Amino acid sequence: MKAKFLVPLILFLVLAGFLAFGLNLNPREVPSPLIGKPAPVFKLGQVVAPDQAYGTEDLKGQVWLLNVWASWCVACRQEHPVLVAISREKVLPIVGLNYKEVRGDGEIDARRLDAASEREMAISRARQWLASHGDPYDTSVMDLDGRVGIDFGVYGVPETFLIDKKGVIRFKQIGPVTPDAWRDALLPKIRALQAES
Amino acid sequence: MIPLRTWRVAVLAAGLGLALPALSGEAAPTVADPVLEARVLKLSEHLRCLVCQNQSIAESQAELALDLRSQVREQLAAGKSEDEVVEFMVARYGDFVLYKPPVKSSTFLLWAGPALLLAAGLGWLGWRLASRRRESPAELSAAEHARAQALLAGRDKEGDA
Repeated sequence: MKAKFLVPLILFLVLAGFLAFGLNLNPREVPSPLIGKPAPVFKLGQVVAPDQAYGTEDLKGQVWLLNVWASWCVACRQEHPVLVAISREKVLPIVGLNYKEVRGDGEIDARRLDAASEREMAISRARQWLASHGDPYDTSVMDLDGRVGIDFGVYGVPETFLIDKKGVIRFKQIGPVTPDAWRDALLPKIRALQAES
Repeated sequence: MIPLRTWRVAVLAAGLGLALPALSGEAAPTVADPVLEARVLKLSEHLRCLVCQNQSIAESQAELALDLRSQVREQLAAGKSEDEVVEFMVARYGDFVLYKPPVKSSTFLLWAGPALLLAAGLGWLGWRLASRRRESPAELSAAEHARAQALLAGRDKEGDA
């Protein structure tokens, strides 16, 4: 056992290897159990037409993106120009899920608002945001209380879901869609899904 | 006759005993159904808040934790069992939402790891002890004994080399 003195060094290297691997993991990215499962069904009022409900049923047979956003969401500001650029390519319908527009904003005490004024406020805030930052969405629906968000397992905004022709969630982008994520992850998957019959 | 000091202690103790129920009576329950709330709290303690990650949804004041807590409350109130609520959460957020992950092939190392490490450590210790016993030197010969005695007595210079 001449090499006995190497044992601590080897142990150290193994431990350092584990720690280096752990440091490169992103604990914020929790894999969604919903991938490969049918997207939760929703039917919600739209930002442009609050009395006209729109939902998963209207998108059957198409490959589409569901982008979860809110005007109070800081990372959405970073993501928004990318979505606007993507929407110009007209690759697929992008549906916005306006998530807890009023209740999610920490600066508003939403408990003091009744349902009608919360809705009014959400509509005007969402419209204002889309008017000033551009509207990449085919339509945006309003999830005022965040229930649809919970059904989709949303835990941080923005999140983006890719849903196939059969209504199955195939991919989830956690955090902003970046040009790199669009080019390398989303677009190839979209093309493949669109080629499916 | 009982000493004065004992009396004093007895009176103080009685006073405290009277005061305690009065204190507990002051805080009226803030929820309509304390039994339900206790169940909500108990279950919430086992569910992780995905935004803060190191807090349960019972402790966290994050928006999502509040939402999930009200989901738990609503579903329990609607007559669902604890297991059904946990299932609801796992279906949406995955096993990560559980502080106590289920035993399955992907979590086998997590559950069995400590026991395996302990077994390996004990095995190694046993093996070392056994081999040390085998290595232990034989009894000293008479000559060696004599030399040891001489060394202990400080007469080692007389010995060889």
